Amino acid sequence: MGALRHLTISQQVGLLFLGLFGALAIVTIVQVSRSLRDLPPEQQQMHERFMRDLRAVWWGAVLFWVSWALGAVVATLLFGVVSFVAFREFITLTQTRRADHRGLLLAFFFVLPFQFILAGSQHLDLFTVFIPVYVFFAIPVLSALGNDPMRFLERTAKIQWGIMVCIYGMSHAPALLLLDLPRYEEHGAFLVFYLVVVVATAQIVQEIASRRLRRRPVARAISRSFSWRAWLIGAAGAAFVGALLYWATPFKPIPALVMGLIAGGSGTMGEFVMKALKRDAGVRSWGGKLSVTGAVGLLDRVAPLCFSAPVFFHAVRWYFGV
Amino acid sequence: MTLPEAAGFFLAFLARLITGAQGHWFGCPPKAEQRIYFANHQSHFDWVLIWAALPGDLRAVTRPIAARDYWTSSPLKHWITREIFNAVYVNRQRTEDQDPLEPLVEALGHGDSLVIFPEGTRGNKGDPQPFKSGLYHLAEQFPSVQLIPAWIDNVQRVMPKGEVVPVPILCSVTFGAPLQLQPGEDKRAFLERAREAVMALRSVR
Repeated sequence: MGALRHLTISQQVGLLFLGLFGALAIVTIVQVSRSLRDLPPEQQQMHERFMRDLRAVWWGAVLFWVSWALGAVVATLLFGVVSFVAFREFITLTQTRRADHRGLLLAFFFVLPFQFILAGSQHLDLFTVFIPVYVFFAIPVLSALGNDPMRFLERTAKIQWGIMVCIYGMSHAPALLLLDLPRYEEHGAFLVFYLVVVVATAQIVQEIASRRLRRRPVARAISRSFSWRAWLIGAAGAAFVGALLYWATPFKPIPALVMGLIAGGSGTMGEFVMKALKRDAGVRSWGGKLSVTGAVGLLDRVAPLCFSAPVFFHAVRWYFGV
Repeated sequence: MTLPEAAGFFLAFLARLITGAQGHWFGCPPKAEQRIYFANHQSHFDWVLIWAALPGDLRAVTRPIAARDYWTSSPLKHWITREIFNAVYVNRQRTEDQDPLEPLVEALGHGDSLVIFPEGTRGNKGDPQPFKSGLYHLAEQFPSVQLIPAWIDNVQRVMPKGEVVPVPILCSVTFGAPLQLQPGEDKRAFLERAREAVMALRSVR
């Protein structure tokens, strides 16, 4: 597979798309033909869940394609929009009060665009500390100026957390796109691709594994399917696919395997955490179905990416010392 | 596309971007029949939300009510309400010789649909205030017009009283089943029934 490194970039990308969309098409055709048969209700439900995950993978693949085809600026913008929609959903699900209005305005209309501008213009130092340091101070100040002590810590903590996950986490995907690595210029799109594929693999493999294994769930009140073994199998699947993809990345096979393990494992953990959050907010239906105010369920789809992107990003930076 | 059409398109897009403006047609389909939508009133944003939740072809024939003194006070406000929303202007001060419902009656006579907020003023969260009698009189005069209750959810979080810039939070509008004025039904009983029909939509999921 090392020979593939000698192809030109656009040839490599062509190959990637051929493989990716080909594989997706095959899986989709198999699944659709399965849905034509009569399945028992229990399997039917699982099948629907799998189709939903598959749709998410399609979205991820298309997102990657668009971001590569239209260049880094458009890609950054696209991730910005996704981050906006996810954060909007997050804030809808949390209880904020009137006094938080100014703080939320700051988060939506200044912090979010500025963070993505920082990512797009490669100001990596400020990009890394802007939200954890400066926004961390600004938001509670604005909330306190709102003159409402009722559940103050709870409110500010929730807004803070939402910003960290939906904006900070998400912004690391376009930042990867623009990361300058030694002897790997212009290849950022491959890193994003690698991340998306590895995380999606971890999710799907974990889903299948938890269905097959029927282990006792670790935290029944939060997720009835999450078990340690299923999680490990999912992460291992991500590592395996990551190693297979090593030629598209700046890594050697073994580091590619480890990176896949890290990204996939943290991604499925992120999904698990988001389930806990939705349970807390009183949302029973997961994905597709309409909830409280018609929140459409984008949040749980991007959560794995939001959680794994910063971890992966800093793992890459640390590994290459940039 | 004319300027008001383009501006309306942009406004609807903005409302959808900020609130999602999801319309749930629970008790009736979105059809081009003559209707009076009546809803709870919590924010200046309410009308835009209902308007954006309607399908495009219904927006053109569905009109809001606007207070004449406020919405004609500047050229811009006047232009927005007249050209984009095609609002029905009413006088807030009651004069001796004029029925405040007259412009509404005239609009319904033309076959337009209306959106009204029978509470008369913006309430805080919680239950809507008692309804004003206008809805009853319109129902009496136009028995063939459908009365559709609607519940607007979450909008007070988008733009609380006294704030100017809306914060992006998802909202929804739930439309219920048409209501009818029963023969011989008392005014107060009807208004209470209408208010309960609006509140009942709160728990529809």
